[in-house]
Amino acid sequence: MTQPPSPKSTQLTEAQVRHVAKLSRLTVTDDQVQRFAKQLTDVLEHVATLNKLDVGAIEPMAHALDMTNVLRDDEPQPGLAVEAVLANAPGRSDPFFKVPKVLDDGSGA
Amino acid sequence: MAASQAVFADTGIKARLMVGMEVHVELSTRSKMFTSAPNVAHPDYYEAGPNTLCDPVVLGMPGVLPVINKRAVEMSMLVGLALGCEIAKQTKWDRKSYYYPDLPKNYQISQYDQPLCHDGQVDIPMDGEGTKTIRIIRAHLEEDAGKLMHEGPGGVKIDHSIVDLNRAGTPLLEIVTEPDFDSAQQAVTFGQTLRNICRSLGVSEGIMQKGHMRFEPNINVIIEKDGQTYKTPIVEIKNLNSFKALHGAIEYEYQRQIEDWLETGRVMKSGAKSTRGWDDVKMVTVLQREKEEAHDYRYFPDPDLVPVVVDDAWIERVRAELPELPLVREKRYTEQLGLNVKDARALIDEPKVCKFFEEVLSAGVEPKRAAAMLLNYGAKRANERGCAIHELGVTPGQIKEIAELAAADKIGSSAADELFGHCCDPRNQGQTAEALAEKHGLLQVSDTGALEGYVKEVLANPKNAKIVGDIQDGKDKAIGALLGQVMKLSKGQANPKLVGDMIKQQVRGS
Amino acid sequence: MDPTKTTLVELRDAIAAKKVSATEATRAYLGRIDRHNGPLHAYHETYADRALQRAADVDGGKITGPLAGVPISIKDNLCTEYGHTTCSSKMLENFQAPYTATAVVKLEQAGAIVLGKTVLDEFAMGSSTENSAFGPARNPWDTQRVPGGSSGGAAAAIAADLCAGSIGSDTGGSIRQPAALCGVVGLKPTYGRVSRYGLVAFASSLDQIGPLTHTVADAALMLQVISGQDPKDSTSAGVPVPDYTEQLDSPPQGLRIGIAKQYLSDANHPAVKRAIDQAVAVYRDAGARIVDVDLPHTEYGISTYYLVAPAEASSNLARYDGVRYGRRSPESTDLISLYSRSRAEGFGEEVQRRIMLGTYALSSGYYDAYYVRALKVRRLIKQDFDAAFESCDAILCPTTPGPAFRFGEKTDSPLAMYLNDVYTVNANMAGIPGISLLGGFASPDGLSHTDGGGLPVGVQFLGPLFEEAKLLRIARLYEAAAGYTHARPSLT
Repeated sequence: MTQPPSPKSTQLTEAQVRHVAKLSRLTVTDDQVQRFAKQLTDVLEHVATLNKLDVGAIEPMAHALDMTNVLRDDEPQPGLAVEAVLANAPGRSDPFFKVPKVLDDGSGA
Repeated sequence: MAASQAVFADTGIKARLMVGMEVHVELSTRSKMFTSAPNVAHPDYYEAGPNTLCDPVVLGMPGVLPVINKRAVEMSMLVGLALGCEIAKQTKWDRKSYYYPDLPKNYQISQYDQPLCHDGQVDIPMDGEGTKTIRIIRAHLEEDAGKLMHEGPGGVKIDHSIVDLNRAGTPLLEIVTEPDFDSAQQAVTFGQTLRNICRSLGVSEGIMQKGHMRFEPNINVIIEKDGQTYKTPIVEIKNLNSFKALHGAIEYEYQRQIEDWLETGRVMKSGAKSTRGWDDVKMVTVLQREKEEAHDYRYFPDPDLVPVVVDDAWIERVRAELPELPLVREKRYTEQLGLNVKDARALIDEPKVCKFFEEVLSAGVEPKRAAAMLLNYGAKRANERGCAIHELGVTPGQIKEIAELAAADKIGSSAADELFGHCCDPRNQGQTAEALAEKHGLLQVSDTGALEGYVKEVLANPKNAKIVGDIQDGKDKAIGALLGQVMKLSKGQANPKLVGDMIKQQVRGS
Repeated sequence: MDPTKTTLVELRDAIAAKKVSATEATRAYLGRIDRHNGPLHAYHETYADRALQRAADVDGGKITGPLAGVPISIKDNLCTEYGHTTCSSKMLENFQAPYTATAVVKLEQAGAIVLGKTVLDEFAMGSSTENSAFGPARNPWDTQRVPGGSSGGAAAAIAADLCAGSIGSDTGGSIRQPAALCGVVGLKPTYGRVSRYGLVAFASSLDQIGPLTHTVADAALMLQVISGQDPKDSTSAGVPVPDYTEQLDSPPQGLRIGIAKQYLSDANHPAVKRAIDQAVAVYRDAGARIVDVDLPHTEYGISTYYLVAPAEASSNLARYDGVRYGRRSPESTDLISLYSRSRAEGFGEEVQRRIMLGTYALSSGYYDAYYVRALKVRRLIKQDFDAAFESCDAILCPTTPGPAFRFGEKTDSPLAMYLNDVYTVNANMAGIPGISLLGGFASPDGLSHTDGGGLPVGVQFLGPLFEEAKLLRIARLYEAAAGYTHARPSLT
């Protein structure tokens, strides 16, 4: 996963599918890995048409509108009641959210 | 570091520590970074119960959107300016992706390649002599995560983990330095300097126990042996939230890395950086479990937010808010106002007290006198009451009166102390110090007629004959004994200086 | 009058004139939903009691406004404090939002009555509603065929008169394509025209809320109500909202209609070609100039879209982790299984595919080659439109290459499904408004249809940023001349 792609490397291997599934936090079956590898390769092959364009001097455009400086004043509003905070939680140990025991000592950051 | 070097003296190497710092400062805005839910780093919300500072944005619920807190941006600019940084003309917001239960959206909104502040420098005091300049690479704004805990409240053992999201979304300023520190003490001094700056700017209360400031030093050692130079692999220590831990972790790493190099010869490889945690009890750093996969944060511009453009006018408006910075102020207090370093620092370390001190100066009180009154009469009472000096209730105007009464010998020093106390009493609010002094009989009697009567009475007392003789022989110390008696007769209200003069004159006739 | 056989504007006026009560109108629509939603599956959930209560409040004069008493539906990716917001996903099957989307708040403040939420492709990812976790909606013109997507339930609900107006969302054509396939009007406003607050995000820089209606005037009225800047959405624009409903019937002077050869592929269905030809004739007859415009980067739209949208989606959907809300796998024993199993069980395959595609496009080593390159081409696409609108007021083009396809026809090949968006995605890339209208009927395989004689096809008009007022007047000119306003499928 570290070598930069060349226009020819649009073929997604099953190992790559497994790696991307892991990054995406998705459990995938062997069957799905095969299917996704083919389907995603189809899409990447189509997407490779973008390589025909010389875009060297073009600025990337992340937003359609050129907006800037949308800011709000520092005025606090009360939070939700704890019951509303936890209402949708699939696991709760009031007043906390409950998750399986985490052994990992470091945060993901 | 001399001690550390000595340990390795017999190995024939020269070792030099190299440390860069990443410091996270929680900004004390009233609301969160990207939504109006209350900010746990603001004093009003310190005591909030778990998960009570959450709205749908904090919870990362579907379809809700972030909106930037303007004050958080301005507080960051203040810190940037105080650290001599350039403020970026344009800054944008990026998503940093990783999954963890304390991160509600499973991405953190941060600033990747366009930080708000960059390229600064700040001077830190060196032990006793001069200062050292630390280069600041960047300071960028992001949102804090919540808290994942493995014990219930009160340390109760639980078979699961729990999440409190009160801290999620608190504005967080990350300041990154060049590796300019070559001792643990310098890194600590930098942290303290930064803390003082943030407190004086009013952007953070800087309460270490609450995690208002967290340090992540990047540490390695440059080793010279036989004319060759070797660099040990860089280690990042995560999340240190006390100066003691910061100092301990750096010292420990210095030793550990040299030992590791002597043993294995491992040197730095590009891009490789290991992460360790600090065990506060065992006083050692511990390697954190390596992730199964290398981190791939997949930064990209947050499409829910638009860039912030900072023009010169905005920078100047913020710059106008900049107070005098702690080191500059210390210099002024000691060199121009004549305060000793201890008193100057005591005032500067508490920005609100320092502001009150400045108000007392503005009222016209002589600086050394003002500092002495606040740090003696004031500190004693603040300590008793468990509040800060500026919260006692005494006004700058009253302090000026007390100083004037004392200067005019209308009150003695113990009476001044007592009068200060009366001025702090809420029941006496709105009264002048002079009226209170009168009410409580603190004004000294300087009416020579009344005093002469007391003096004569004391001199005439046969028991005092020997003392009077001593005074006649020129022993000034003996005056004190008679002075005490006069004071007693006057119920403590006599002006002691005047009485002393009178005794001398009457006994010696001069 | 039968309140279910009118337009939204007519019904609004009839209620205001007390020719029909809001309660009668609401009951009539709820009755039709009872009869027809079974086979059509346009609605996932209805709010009969709440709707009737609000209708009574309208009739009692407690609720007033420009949409007072008008029964509408909203897409099931718009959050409301009542009912569920599922996005047609198992992940959010039981999710109840503690907030209401700004667009829905505005509609209800204007007096509209929300009958229920309509079916979509899961998380709005799809062009057929076949990706709904709770079953697809069906095309009222032929229930063997898809209604389009992702706002397929909304388009089916309008076409079958199961509501007087509907609100959907459009990320790559999700309003316009189902509108075309169901023969109704679908408007995607300019990006930033309508607040996205409370719209469950798919691709934040592309998503936009808009109406699906019977007529252009209905769309104008709904747009009027939902438009405007929202302090809760940093990307909602501060551009003033003009009156979209006035002057709707007076065509712009000196009108220039642009035709781009890139949209006139030989592969288009003959009925689509015919619809465009007929529309050109309408404008020529009305004295408009027909001008050729060039949109040279059109062919790159799909490739660009299927990098940008999945990239944003992969990040937007990271929050569904089984911690604070949503599905949690019963097999969650540690952090990895909590995440990976909950997400694998909660998301359907198309959503998983797009998350993986987007994750890949943003991942280390591929970011520049895929994501950044796509953003650069996105600018080229926008520049094409900027140049084209120098010489025309609107571009006339097909909405889709052909009429509605059969269920299952494109499910084996995601790419084939994606290519159905070829004429709609570029408006989202550029942020410009687009509207689709019924442009005629196709009889692809001799099926008998009592109304219109076949399956509907759409014509689309694209306009410059924030020029919805003019775009609506241009579309109204065509609508008035074409006379399809009252075409309806016959329901058994």
